[in-house]
Amino acid sequence: MRRSIPALAAALGLALTLTACGGNGDDGANETAEPTQGAATTEPALTGTLTMWVDETRIDVMKPIVEEFQTETGVKVDLVQKVSGDIRTDFVSQVPTGQGPDVIIGAHDWTGEFVNNGVVAPIQFGDKSDEFAPSAVQAFTYDGQVYGAPYAIENIALVRNNKLVPETKATTFDELVAEGKAAGVKYPVLIQQGDQGDAYHLYPLQTSFDAPIFTQTEDGSYTSELGLGGENGEKFATYLQKLGADKVLDPALGGDQVKEAFLAGESPYIVTGPWYTTEFTNAGLDISVLPVPSAGGSEAKPFVGVQGAFISAKSANPVLANEFVVNYLTTEPVQSELYELGGRLPALKTAAAKVSDPILAGFNEAGATGAPMPSIPEMGAMWQFWGTTQVQIIGGQASDPVGAWNTMVTNMQDAIDAA
Amino acid sequence: MSQQTIAHDSEHAPPEPPPGDARPVRGDSSPARDFSKGFLAKLVLVGLIDAIGLYGILTAISVEQWAIVGFLVLALVAVNWAYFSRRALAAKYLLPGLVFLLVYVIFTACYTAYVAFTNYGDGHNSTKADAVSAILAQNEQRVEGSQAYPLTILTDSDGDLTFAIVRDGQALAGTQDDPLAPAEGATVESDKVTALPDHEVLGFAAVAQRQQEIVDLRVPVSDDAADGSLRTQDASTGYVFESVMEYDPAADTMTNTQTGVVYRPNDQGQFAAEDGSTISPGWRVNVGFDNFTRAFSDDRLRTAFVEIFLWTFAFALLSVLTTFVLGLFLAVVFNDPRVRARKLLRALMILPYAIPAFISALVWKGMLNTRSGFLNQVLLGGAEIPWLTDPWLAKLSVIGVNLWLGFPYMFIVCTGALQSIPGEVYESARMDGAKPWRIMRSITLPLLMVSVAPLLVASFAFNFNNFALIYMLTGGGPNFVGTPVVVGHTDILISMVYSVAFESGLKQYGFASALSILIFIMVGAISWWGFRRTRRLEEL
Repeated sequence: MRRSIPALAAALGLALTLTACGGNGDDGANETAEPTQGAATTEPALTGTLTMWVDETRIDVMKPIVEEFQTETGVKVDLVQKVSGDIRTDFVSQVPTGQGPDVIIGAHDWTGEFVNNGVVAPIQFGDKSDEFAPSAVQAFTYDGQVYGAPYAIENIALVRNNKLVPETKATTFDELVAEGKAAGVKYPVLIQQGDQGDAYHLYPLQTSFDAPIFTQTEDGSYTSELGLGGENGEKFATYLQKLGADKVLDPALGGDQVKEAFLAGESPYIVTGPWYTTEFTNAGLDISVLPVPSAGGSEAKPFVGVQGAFISAKSANPVLANEFVVNYLTTEPVQSELYELGGRLPALKTAAAKVSDPILAGFNEAGATGAPMPSIPEMGAMWQFWGTTQVQIIGGQASDPVGAWNTMVTNMQDAIDAA
Repeated sequence: MSQQTIAHDSEHAPPEPPPGDARPVRGDSSPARDFSKGFLAKLVLVGLIDAIGLYGILTAISVEQWAIVGFLVLALVAVNWAYFSRRALAAKYLLPGLVFLLVYVIFTACYTAYVAFTNYGDGHNSTKADAVSAILAQNEQRVEGSQAYPLTILTDSDGDLTFAIVRDGQALAGTQDDPLAPAEGATVESDKVTALPDHEVLGFAAVAQRQQEIVDLRVPVSDDAADGSLRTQDASTGYVFESVMEYDPAADTMTNTQTGVVYRPNDQGQFAAEDGSTISPGWRVNVGFDNFTRAFSDDRLRTAFVEIFLWTFAFALLSVLTTFVLGLFLAVVFNDPRVRARKLLRALMILPYAIPAFISALVWKGMLNTRSGFLNQVLLGGAEIPWLTDPWLAKLSVIGVNLWLGFPYMFIVCTGALQSIPGEVYESARMDGAKPWRIMRSITLPLLMVSVAPLLVASFAFNFNNFALIYMLTGGGPNFVGTPVVVGHTDILISMVYSVAFESGLKQYGFASALSILIFIMVGAISWWGFRRTRRLEEL
């Protein structure tokens, strides 16, 4: 068995402290709360240490939670802040060497890569899985096993500047564009793109043409079959060209540019997620959150992203890690607290029911029928082809949208087959 | 660490004891008996290095990294010998450099070469043992419809672990070898066993101590293995699991117990069935020259390759040329004594050099934005010129930004070289009636090239692999339309490697290493040829 020196030393130290209070046999949960007779001087302050990796965007949310976990169970959690660009790659490369953490906090679409590399351990929710929003558990499920405990859900929606347009009557995306134009500001609707494209923010429009990235079964889960080809996809490609020609979509408008434009009141509508709405409200904008209107006739379904915790396949503390991830992180008070701290909808139904914030409720409504982002490892290649082709259609580099779209589908299929 | 020792050594060495009685004593004393202040400091520092090294060795042993153990042992022996032996004066100064050379250059190079011959990457991330345990863990599933049992963990008098649960109102207990059986005399409180004769219930702290054992324990539900076994992950709830995959260490095969399909390891580092289907994850194996041949045989890479290859040369050549011409021009201008405030102007010229290149590239990316960029908005009065999204303009932008980043270097180099040319040479040329242009061509340039030409070759080699600039400024874009791998008009070879080997979803370290070795060979060959040419300049 590989074991690190610190863990060995900790175990040794623990063993020494425990010999002093050996023989007390209660059932654990109230161990620390209950004063042990005769061992008051050597009561172990810690029953172990967990190492947890968190990136800079999630660490402030996690800090108070792990502190409470420590007071409750006596398990110390070492929060290690990793750079969000590296955390995922580092985890994959370090777990096999035994240097990785016990727990990593991240997004559900990492699951495929982690499972494919054998670096995460399956977890068992038992009958608890019904207590989460269905898409949340679905998101962490890979080949029939659950690999992460969800705690928050997020998705994009249509955000309206109430000062510019107080009421939305539009039921289709075209009507929405017309309404935006009537408002008489610079941009009718903002959807971020950038040089490399942004398929994520265009996905509600694409699904409204019934062209999901992979075909979906009735319960919303994905098959591994590409679903964005065929007639529906071609219709969407043609529509994209139209939006590009009308300058509704613009490759020059990346995330920063659309945010600044919306903050400056240059557009009544923006399709974005909760990460920007806090900035909008902080800046004093009066906003409402609505579902994205359909462009192709069917319902516009955004991707749903789920935040959660994974357990390393080589954790030296599997029981403590499970205690934290499965039994602690998924309780109603903790999920409610995570919501208070992070401003994302809780994954647990009972905690989500308590959310009264109208903005988050709006996002929740817009994402109610959304499906989780696919987490197969090949998805990385999909994003690239997808965004590139879309931005080429929008920018006019690909003058034949249908041809470009079909080439993209062929290339995607080749990439899946080659993997 | 060892560098500090050197620094200290050289510090305490100069203030030798005053001449007189001290010297003879010092002469015949062994260093082991010479307890001067300096020696004690050295002892402490080397002791520190030894301690850290020893910790490293122990850690490496515990993770079974034998190569690192060997290296550390050798390094420690060498350090101790060099600093305590009196015959190793030169080694004292060479050793730290050698150690760092080994760690940072030779090891990295060798490791890259080694990785190039393996299939290391996503799906082949670790050893076979890791892959086997991951496959087993991923394919152990909860028996459908089975219950979640509140579980109690106990030890018997021998310290062996026992699981106890309550099923249909009856207390059951079992161990690794004894399937679950009715537990006589068990105390049950709210569906949980709280005590069992001859057994001791484990508390949370004790559980924390024996985690691995507890998680690894499988208690058979009955004598029939097909019924599954009871296990727990959090030490408080147990589930009945069954394994879909079974590993036979003797035959080295993986068997699917539900379908009966047998998987054998193939030479690609995966378990494969007869029909070719494989199970994930696989493990790292040596694949020979596969990665190298793939670079030439993969149809998907071929389409855009020629264009990228030519652009890489054009980019590197033009970058060197433009920066050199501008740098030289400015150096000549500011070398003229008639220019006022030369020092201030020179300092200003070097400014772009002081800003990290990738930040400059990001700033330029913002300034070149079609809609909101400074260049279009302010300087060109709202013109929407697609600097970064039109193929040719993007190439122009890349070279332009690299000119901004690179000319200060050439300026510094040329200024230095110009100042080393003796003034008498110019004077005699002028007396012979040479005009400035003639002086430039026949005297300045040839003399300058002797010292600058090798740097131009080095600059070419650097720009050939100038990944940061391309990645930060254009990301390789604008992308080619419809290519089977996503690469773009401004991608150079190294950024193409990155895009193909890492951004295509699956990370392929082996393939990336092989490609970077190919690029290294190319750059090496060009540099070798370049340096040979520059040597000829010296013969003037």
